[in-house]
Amino acid sequence: MSADVVSYQPVPGSKKDDAILVVDGVRRAFGGLVAVNVDHVEVPRNKITALIGPNGAGKTTFFNLLTGFDSPDHGTSVFNGQRLDGLAAHKVARLGMVRTFQLTKALSRMSVIENMRLGAANQKGENIFRGLFSPLWRAQEAEITARAEELLARFNLAHMRDELAGGLSGGQRKLLEMARALMVEPEMVMLDEPMAGVNPALKQSLLEHIKGLRNEGRTVLFVEHDMDMVREISDWIIVMAEGVVIAEGTSDDIGSNQAVIDAYLGAHHDSDLGGE
Amino acid sequence: MKWDLILSNSFYTAISANAVAYILVASGLNVHFGYTGLLNFGQAGFAAIGAYSLSIPISRYDWPWPLAVLMVIVSSVILALLLGIPTLRLRADYLAIVTIAVAEIIRLFMNSVRFTWLTGGNDGLQGFTRFMENINPFPDDGITLWAQKVDGYRLWLLVTGWILVALVSTGIWALMRSPWGRVLKSIREDEDAARSLGKNIFAYKMQSLIIGGFVGALGGMWLVLDKQSSQPQDFSTTFTFFAYTIIILGGIARAKGPVIGTMIFLFVIQFVDITLQQATRTTPTDPTPLLPEWIVDENNFSQVRFIVAGLALAILVIVRPQGIFGDKREQAFDVR
Repeated sequence: MSADVVSYQPVPGSKKDDAILVVDGVRRAFGGLVAVNVDHVEVPRNKITALIGPNGAGKTTFFNLLTGFDSPDHGTSVFNGQRLDGLAAHKVARLGMVRTFQLTKALSRMSVIENMRLGAANQKGENIFRGLFSPLWRAQEAEITARAEELLARFNLAHMRDELAGGLSGGQRKLLEMARALMVEPEMVMLDEPMAGVNPALKQSLLEHIKGLRNEGRTVLFVEHDMDMVREISDWIIVMAEGVVIAEGTSDDIGSNQAVIDAYLGAHHDSDLGGE
Repeated sequence: MKWDLILSNSFYTAISANAVAYILVASGLNVHFGYTGLLNFGQAGFAAIGAYSLSIPISRYDWPWPLAVLMVIVSSVILALLLGIPTLRLRADYLAIVTIAVAEIIRLFMNSVRFTWLTGGNDGLQGFTRFMENINPFPDDGITLWAQKVDGYRLWLLVTGWILVALVSTGIWALMRSPWGRVLKSIREDEDAARSLGKNIFAYKMQSLIIGGFVGALGGMWLVLDKQSSQPQDFSTTFTFFAYTIIILGGIARAKGPVIGTMIFLFVIQFVDITLQQATRTTPTDPTPLLPEWIVDENNFSQVRFIVAGLALAILVIVRPQGIFGDKREQAFDVR
């Protein structure tokens, strides 16, 4: 279970004493369909927060809005005191919020170690003029490689170091993507369905890796459908349905929340989802 | 059949100043398509810009040649910016459409009667190569390579051209093994992944477009230096597709791919061409050609070289899909 006891109000939009991410009035519509309409949400620092909800609830769209892969029609999101809305995706990543994808994006025709190296931020050799002269980036490259190898070992991928990433299994790709995200040294890691398509044996080790992120002082926000997993590792759960946050709380709070049960069972049409 | 002539001429074609031009144009395309995954179907446009940025200032305005070369650099960068700014934020197909259109616009402009005062129209421009002739250290009658005579000017272009190829290829090789090149490759593989890791995709694509376009412009410059005439028909879309053929032959995203690809491509085409030329030739003393006229005669053999080249490419793609230098392992994941 959770490392710390959390005692926030289990209501949608509840205040956290140390929120790393604060979202206000974020709305995104595709034509007539309002995919996301989040009034107020705070994500607690150095905790594992799960974002759950039935299919089509707008979780991934919400993820895209936060990470700059899509921009909201209006609304603000503040990460560590800095505005995120309207920022390009790469700038969000540089601020320390790095995401993974529901469908893994391993860079197939590059080796595993090159995938890892790519993740490192502030590389001198990524400038075209300095790139031309290897003495200018050799030393940094060696540091990056050492860090990448450490992470590969931690994620049990060391033996795949020089293989092309396209040759990895589905589960290994999930691991690689997570390890690669860590190369950026993010403060907050956003995982979009980290368990999708992963076999049960690997699931357990993935869970440990996610807990490890929190133990290192990072914040995790993840989208997941596997409720067992959500219950096992999350400190806090945010529930979305039809683009709206309908509930927040610990797994105990959520399990007994009528709005959540209704949302999952599809009986919410005539109930008040703003739900107090 | 004079095999020594056929072979020496084919070998010479594969290393000539004309081959240098193809290598440079293909190398630029390799940066775009091979390393970055940019679908540039208008590489001939960059080559045309390189050719005319050299020939117009010198022929029409008597600029000193270093200024004209500077013009080649400036105009290729401007063309890259014009192509890239509206399209690089969009999906890959948009760049393909825009580049093919712009390359045709450039060619039609160079060909137009209205602008003949500037571009020379269909006849093109001549007389801009004097600076290369003036600094040519080789004697005018040149040398004989095996059975192939090479004049001094062409030899000079060949030597300087290969120095240029060495510089450009080494530069591209050095860039592509650097972290900068790694970002380009990651864009080719999945640009969202690169973006999620904090890379400014647009800036890198733009840089790739500029570098590859500039190298392509150098190729166009060498092409017209060799022909001593810049003409619009040399820069049709076919030129772009030859460049694609070359990089696929040599192996995509390999530094030496364009070099080897060009040599094979031009050798095969030239070899087929002059072999057929000899085999269909009739002289007053010998009125029956080697090949019976109902198969191919001296009026239509020149089309056959492209049929044979196409066949050779088709066979290569079946037997060795990764190209001469490609990595077989990469083929397995080539489906996206």
